[in-house]
Amino acid sequence: MRKELAKFKGFSAKNLPKEEPFAPGHRACQGCGEVLALRLALKALGMNVIAISATGCMEIISSPFPYTSWRVPWIHIAFENAAAVASGVEAALKVLKRKGRFPKNRRVDVVAFAGDGGTADIGLQALSGALERGHDFVYICLDNEAYMNTGVQRSSCTPYGAMTTTSPPGEKSFGQMTWKKNVPAIAVAHNIPYVATATPAFFLDLMNKVKKAALVDGPAYVHIYSPCPTGWGSKGEDSITLAKLAVETRIFPLYEVIDGKYYITRKVTKPKPVEEYLKRQRRFRHLTEAQIREIQERVDAEYERLLRLAECL
Amino acid sequence: MGKRIAKEVSIAVAEAVKQCKVDVIAAYPITPQTHIVEHLSELVANGELDAEYITVESEHSAISACLGSVATGARTFTSTSSQGLALMHEILFIAPALRLPVVMVVANRALSAPISIWNDHGDIMAERDIGWIQTFAENGQEAVDLVYHAFRVAEDRRVMFPAIVNIDGFTLSHMIEPIELPDQEQVDRYLPPFKPRYKLDPRKPLSMGPVGIPEIYMEAKKAQDEAFKSAYRVIVKAWDEFEEVFGRRYHPVETYRLEDAEVGLLIMGSLAETAMSAVDRMREAGKRVGLVRLRLWRPFPLRDFVRTVRGLKMLAVIDRALSPGATGGPVATEVRSALYQVPGRPRVASFIAGLGGRDVTVEDFEEMADRAYFYLKKKPKEPYEMIGVKE
Ligand SMILES: Cc1ncc(C[n+]2csc(CCOP(=O)(O)OP(=O)(O)O)c2C)c(N)n1
Ligand code: SF4
Ligand SMILES: [Mg+2]
Repeated sequence: MRKELAKFKGFSAKNLPKEEPFAPGHRACQGCGEVLALRLALKALGMNVIAISATGCMEIISSPFPYTSWRVPWIHIAFENAAAVASGVEAALKVLKRKGRFPKNRRVDVVAFAGDGGTADIGLQALSGALERGHDFVYICLDNEAYMNTGVQRSSCTPYGAMTTTSPPGEKSFGQMTWKKNVPAIAVAHNIPYVATATPAFFLDLMNKVKKAALVDGPAYVHIYSPCPTGWGSKGEDSITLAKLAVETRIFPLYEVIDGKYYITRKVTKPKPVEEYLKRQRRFRHLTEAQIREIQERVDAEYERLLRLAECL
Repeated sequence: MGKRIAKEVSIAVAEAVKQCKVDVIAAYPITPQTHIVEHLSELVANGELDAEYITVESEHSAISACLGSVATGARTFTSTSSQGLALMHEILFIAPALRLPVVMVVANRALSAPISIWNDHGDIMAERDIGWIQTFAENGQEAVDLVYHAFRVAEDRRVMFPAIVNIDGFTLSHMIEPIELPDQEQVDRYLPPFKPRYKLDPRKPLSMGPVGIPEIYMEAKKAQDEAFKSAYRVIVKAWDEFEEVFGRRYHPVETYRLEDAEVGLLIMGSLAETAMSAVDRMREAGKRVGLVRLRLWRPFPLRDFVRTVRGLKMLAVIDRALSPGATGGPVATEVRSALYQVPGRPRVASFIAGLGGRDVTVEDFEEMADRAYFYLKKKPKEPYEMIGVKE
């Protein structure tokens, strides 16, 4: 275990921080899992934060001038560069502290938020650069599995078979025809100290992981699965259920990778069939039984692979 | 007072950046900017400059990191050329809109295709409307002096706009010239520490870069434009104060032998030296030709410019960039529209020369001046023409 994490006791229902760095009154849709993830992440980090957002749903719904939901300092520059902007913020803090122009002992966590599009597609280069350079910052990917802000277009994180406006099913298509990109694995390949996956359904787990990500020295990457009723064609009140089901079906396993070593943080010994998860969402409604079976096989294989990585087999 | 020593201009520029005590540099290598950033990394590596040097993975990230850095309150520098500047394009507009005063030196180079590492102004002319302060240096001394000036003006609380200092790639950036680097004490006197009014600081949270709904977008843009235009006075005043500290005098618009001229050649950048020789030769031959050089390109020095050229019969504008199918080179179209409302205005002839490293010789200037004279009698057939092209 890393020494920076040794003293961290973890959040529990008893010691939840009172502060809400992300204020209510924003314009997210009802049942938005992404804004919930964002709020929980910030709650874990507290008020000594500088936040950077990529263009996307969360940036749009939180900052319609003259209103803002951000009670911590926040900057939005563009879509593909959250990690690069964060690099600049982190470097500036470092040098200003060194030169005595910012209190030396004041801990400030630099955290970048981007969607799956801003992370896995257009922002992948900036993310890779920032991770490789070793900036001390947290990068949080809020993955709702499509470009929601622009009207539900596919991304490389859109799951196999899902319908989006640019992966519509038709005569010659069954929706998204590629498998979801494994961005946490890409982050791990950068040999950074901390990588984790999380979902707002397990909110303490999410908060603990974000906090650990901030505590480690160097770059940390947290990939948060974030249900989007608007883009998925699911019920707003189903978001937490879906987030839970994604884990319980092993579609979105929860794990940590500390210094390259995988730890499964929620073992799923009796998985539910993927169908239970898929059938609650309009984006999968067109799938045939054969396609659902194909997805089940892939999910099983991926989970096996993860178990091997975590040496749990 | 510093000594005049022969130095490569890029190295001198890097030394000037060091004297400005920058906190953060984020840059990506591209010819002909490389010597500037290489020298800066060396200064950081050997401890002569206490700064964070971010070796970003692209120019897009370079400028993005720069904005993050200035927004946090650090004095920030970057430098690029050509393709690198084009890659920054998207982010360049955001810097002035958020009033983030980063300083950038552009070693001007042609844009692809064909790919060319050589000098022209195609890269920066494509960034005309980004809303940065933009100056053009004639020689090494001026390049260095414009760097001090850029930081001083950009960070001024009445200004808070980013600034670009343009230096011609190779023909200026790689020249060895006698350059006087001032004493650190002089630079410190001229350039106060960077104290932004707004910055990202958990002790005083604020939101930067919000959504601009239609009800406020135009108001935001108008406010930006007004502030940018009124930066003009600060820019000029900072040159007055520059003279007080360093003893050298700069104006937004420079002239050479223009007093009784009929034809004025107008250029920007380091071509001025050749142009002056051409003017001397034509003067000897009895032609009343003079030279106008724009040092400040943005904000455009409208009044000073009109006052300077008003008595001319003809202005021959030499553009180092092509705007295909336009009504002239980018500088020429700007100048034509600047003069349109001026009673008894000089006519404007537009010449495109020196693209992609093509030499612009004394003879070329003479040819352009001769054509300009000719166009006083007979209107040109085309709105612009290229000079120095092999047929
Ligand atoms: C360079 C650029 N290309 C495209 C866009 C348009 N755009 C804005 S947000 C967005 C999608 C965002 O998707 P994601 O990152 O997944 O975030 P979400 O909205 O789903 O939370 C797109 C395509 C843009 N702003 N900038
Ligand atoms: S579209 Fe989806 S991600 Fe965006 S605000 Fe609505 S529910 Fe949230
Ligand atoms: Mg998304």
